[in-house]
Amino acid sequence: MRRETMLNATLMLILLGFPLWAWSVDEPFLITLSTRAVIFAIAGVGLNFALGIGGLVSLGHAAFFGIGGYAMGILAYHAQTYTALAEWPVLIEGTKSMPVIWIVAIVASALVALGMGALSLRTTGVYFIMITLAFAQMFFYFTISWPTYGGEDGLSIYVRNGFPGLNTMDPIQFYAICYAWLVVVLFLVHRAAKAPFGLMLSAARQNGARVQAVGQVPYRLYLVAFTISGAITGLAGALFADLNRFVSPTMFSWQTSGEIMVFVILGGVGRIFGPVAGAALFILLEHVLGGLSEYWHVYLGAILLGVVLFARGGLFGLIAGREVAHD
Amino acid sequence: MSTVLLIEQTLNGLQFGVMLFLMAAGLTLIFGVMGLINLAHGSLYMVGAFAAAGVAAATGSFLLALIASLVAAAIAGVIVEMTVIRRLYDRDHLDQVLATFALILIFSEGTRWVFGSFPLFLDKPAWLSGTVMLPFGIEYSLYRLTIILVGLAVAAGLFWMIARTRIGIQIRAGENDREMIGALGVNISRLYTLVFALGAALAGFAGALIGAIQSVQVGMGEPVLILAFVVIVIGGIGSIKGALVGAVLVGLTDTLGRLLLPQLFGLFMDPSAATTVGASLASMAIYVLMAGVLLFKPSGLFGGA
Repeated sequence: MRRETMLNATLMLILLGFPLWAWSVDEPFLITLSTRAVIFAIAGVGLNFALGIGGLVSLGHAAFFGIGGYAMGILAYHAQTYTALAEWPVLIEGTKSMPVIWIVAIVASALVALGMGALSLRTTGVYFIMITLAFAQMFFYFTISWPTYGGEDGLSIYVRNGFPGLNTMDPIQFYAICYAWLVVVLFLVHRAAKAPFGLMLSAARQNGARVQAVGQVPYRLYLVAFTISGAITGLAGALFADLNRFVSPTMFSWQTSGEIMVFVILGGVGRIFGPVAGAALFILLEHVLGGLSEYWHVYLGAILLGVVLFARGGLFGLIAGREVAHD
Repeated sequence: MSTVLLIEQTLNGLQFGVMLFLMAAGLTLIFGVMGLINLAHGSLYMVGAFAAAGVAAATGSFLLALIASLVAAAIAGVIVEMTVIRRLYDRDHLDQVLATFALILIFSEGTRWVFGSFPLFLDKPAWLSGTVMLPFGIEYSLYRLTIILVGLAVAAGLFWMIARTRIGIQIRAGENDREMIGALGVNISRLYTLVFALGAALAGFAGALIGAIQSVQVGMGEPVLILAFVVIVIGGIGSIKGALVGAVLVGLTDTLGRLLLPQLFGLFMDPSAATTVGASLASMAIYVLMAGVLLFKPSGLFGGA
């Protein structure tokens, strides 16, 4: 077995075993920490699809994270207050059902990603970075100044949304849902990366002119990748909102975009499981360093700087070797 | 709505735009010459504001505070350039984004560590407070008017420096062909440090000037940084003229949008709903402006290529 495959398997086993151990010794806080790690991992896997395979440096993925969060927040808020979301042209009511919320979150964030991508992908390089960042900031200010759903204070949802047959308020059962989603998303992304579409996308990153020469349009490839990427991150946002039972404009902030990118980088760009390692490491650092000092972001910054300057492959690069898989 | 209010708000928009220009000019120079995207530019703005607040509290002199902001931000810029940024010139944009994001974390939390979470206050000096009478009976804040004039003077100085001085020639040459000016014997690494320090000083200066109107606190730089990005995208990366035009456009759009949009919606909605919708849309106005420019000119109004 290749070292990377072994690392992937170890990682997934740890993420399965650790919460089960925490559950057996009755430490719900550790389960919640693991849930955060898994949800961040999903968000990172989403970004990595655009960033790692397509080479699209998006600093605006907080937009999709937030859209997913607010999809959950708005639907649950209307269900909780027994008010209709819209009465015209058709009656739309809120819901407390997770599957419905997921679908809405995925569709909404995919649509936003499509629009944002259609505009941003007209540019490349540093323009693209700045524009994605600016669009995310637009949502941030919009949610702050839109008072219907709490404005700056955000929305609290009192009871976690339901999933048929499960008690979602039980930390380990909610963890199981998130873990299952991570597996599904990893599987789909893995398949997409190996499919003709993924190969073509990867080729477009490496040499756009050649891809054009064989009759493909890089812009379209990028746009599809960006949309899928946004949809996955949106799903993570909905899960994150359900974990906290709270949504606020913070989900849209530029720090969120930066952190999602940090998950990808800490783990290793372009590796399917990279963000999983990165998110787990991030949560670990947050927990350990956060216990040492209130100002743990200084250390995080120093570590990140070290990784960027000296260990460019991230965690995966350190353990599984520099060269990206021969496949 | 009175004409006086409209003119006042136009001046406010101009003042905002001029300050954005100070930020955007540094960013666009640094990108133009070194090809570097610097997210930590907002941190240098913050450093300038904190240095000014500290010196003003110690000496009571606003002029000394302004000088301190320039010096402190320039020194911070030089240190950061020589330790970190220098290693990033040959890297791709992703590495630059991450490393400078890491710098933001270090700067922000480091400042919080030293100064605490409470905002500091930097008062405008007595000789700049109060109002002046402008023609047509408009009363306007003397301090804001001074900011506009100082900002325009700095802009003029910058244009003069780039067009007329030896260092300006080197900067322009650096934008065109980095390898060539190195080959012609210009000390390129000193030029890079100098340009970075210049950009940092401009950002720090803007931080100090704005710090006297708003509060001086951790995290004050990043919203301005992102607006400066919008400015650069609109104006075209690497173009100082584009930065000036973009900054004034963004400043005016934001300020006048907040004034006019609620009133526009008030024409056909009830007042409270109009205020809500108008304010929400006003917060998006500059991004709509950016999207509009992108549709027609993907590389900005004055961008090359």
